[in-house]
Amino acid sequence: MAHPSSYQPNTGIERWLDARLPIVRVVHDQFMVFPTPRNLNYWWTFGGILTFMLAVQIATGVVLAMHFVPTESGAFDSVEKIMRDVNWGWLLRYAHSVGASMFFLAVYIHTFRGLYYGSYKAPREVLWILGVLILMLMIATAFMGYSLPWGQMSFWAVTVITNLFSSLDAVIPGLGTRLVQWIWGGFAVGGPTLNRLYSLHYLFPFLIAGVVALHIWALHIPGNNNPTGIDVKVPTDTVPFHPYYTIKDGFALVAFILVFAALVFYAPNFLGHPDNYIPANPLQTPTHIVPEWYFLPFYAILRAIPNKLLGVAALNGSILILFFVPWLDTSKVRSTRYRPVYRWFFWAFVVTCVALGYLGAQQPEGWYLVLGRIFTAYYFAFFLVVMPVVGLIEKPRGLPGSITEPVLGPEAVRAAPATPRRLKPEQVG
Amino acid sequence: MATHDIPLEPLSADNDEPTRRDVLLIAAGGCAIVGGAAALWPLLDQMNPDASTLSLATTEVDISHVEPGQALTVMWRGKPIFIRHRTDQEIAKAKDTPLDDLIDPLARNANLPENAPASDDNRAAKDREPWLVMVGVCTHLGCIPKGQAVGDYKGEYGGWFCPCHGSQYDTAGRVRIGPAPENLAIPPYSFLSDEKIKIG
Repeated sequence: MAHPSSYQPNTGIERWLDARLPIVRVVHDQFMVFPTPRNLNYWWTFGGILTFMLAVQIATGVVLAMHFVPTESGAFDSVEKIMRDVNWGWLLRYAHSVGASMFFLAVYIHTFRGLYYGSYKAPREVLWILGVLILMLMIATAFMGYSLPWGQMSFWAVTVITNLFSSLDAVIPGLGTRLVQWIWGGFAVGGPTLNRLYSLHYLFPFLIAGVVALHIWALHIPGNNNPTGIDVKVPTDTVPFHPYYTIKDGFALVAFILVFAALVFYAPNFLGHPDNYIPANPLQTPTHIVPEWYFLPFYAILRAIPNKLLGVAALNGSILILFFVPWLDTSKVRSTRYRPVYRWFFWAFVVTCVALGYLGAQQPEGWYLVLGRIFTAYYFAFFLVVMPVVGLIEKPRGLPGSITEPVLGPEAVRAAPATPRRLKPEQVG
Repeated sequence: MATHDIPLEPLSADNDEPTRRDVLLIAAGGCAIVGGAAALWPLLDQMNPDASTLSLATTEVDISHVEPGQALTVMWRGKPIFIRHRTDQEIAKAKDTPLDDLIDPLARNANLPENAPASDDNRAAKDREPWLVMVGVCTHLGCIPKGQAVGDYKGEYGGWFCPCHGSQYDTAGRVRIGPAPENLAIPPYSFLSDEKIKIG
């Protein structure tokens, strides 16, 4: 790994285990003393929050699966039974459904943080790519999970999204139809579709957990980026992960859980759609179908383009383009903090994503459609034009001499290079 | 130790003569690839429509009570089938549409050759001009268009309107306003009598 091991097995049993499976050594080196930049802000706490949310979703999901019936006739009723009859069923289901929203909220903040501070730049490209892979797995998992209550929104979301694949008929006639029927296990969305989505919904979180392990591994080779975006130069630029960041992450996690709990206990259906409490009806499409809020920007991009195949291509492209960000951004400076021109384009991109989210929930008519097209154009222009061009023409502001300098000032670095001053245990504990 | 007679790189290119090890590698590797592919096929093909799904192939519908201007929706293979008894104005409107105005120039009629043009004759039932029988699934992303019930908004062309993404179809079920790329599909069907249709 990136730093020499400092683990000292003190007892006989520790030495015995260390010679056979050095797991305590790995935990000690990677999660206790791991050298972490001393200037990480609260935007860096979302990695820990996301790990927690994955654990919440797996734990609540495994127990909900003990009561869920994955059949066309049983699914909707079994979810209602969970809500009314199963001990604590209401809590488990609301924690799981609100948990999905909180998971996406955290992953979007985490992704924007990576974009703002240039955390995708060398040598962290693989770390970033694994993160985009996790995002895609999360999207697939959330989509499959949303189908399971088998309400009207579930049914029509599955219908619309699986039909995206039928656009391949425009490339090779018949291919899209065959593919969609293979996904459905029939000629329309039905019982076989529900059953397989359930099977895969159970599988995917464990794939996510596997990629998360790789993501953390890839993080621990170069170590964390930081708000200045400059590299760690001396050991005093870092503090040990424990207790400094275990406590900071823990504090942020508690604040995050307060929001999570407020939604679960006081507004569990705030982010959902009432239509999903109507059992699935294959003969009637709801008058206004919309995905969950976390898919709305992508849905707006799909609808902004009047051609079916191109619309689907844009939808997929809007996520796949993230894989290429490390090579699209030509700037030599990582952190947007020191990029006076790019900064404006970055915040315009954030506004664009929020605006697309709003437009995704509106009817695709009139001004909504025009605005949807303008924001879709900027979404892609940000990656394909702004990132390469601004990186070349922009004159970045001067970077600080070290990570420690903007924290303690240049005098402090000279005066006391050996003691981290910013976070004393008695201050944070 | 007797390690000196085991080459350090057993598969290196320096060794021109094929050895027993080379043969075993190719044989085992070939078996692994072919066997893996053969084992993968049942795992993938099990997802295709099963025998019971395929057996639900036909359905018969009584249309005797459907008056001009009315429509009937029935299920076939899990999909709604739109049966519309068109009025004379609706037929005239569909007939008067130049084929050049259409987004999709093909009839999409399973009872006709694939390249049949999307004229009203090719869309309506053969020799029974007022009757239109179609799969009621929007060719964009599979929503059920509005237009079957009496009070439904039928779009600018008086046929069907898809509430999901705004596609509009005319009185012959042809797409007139996107994003749907194709006309509503026409399933294989035949009139068993004046009052009965067999779909599938």
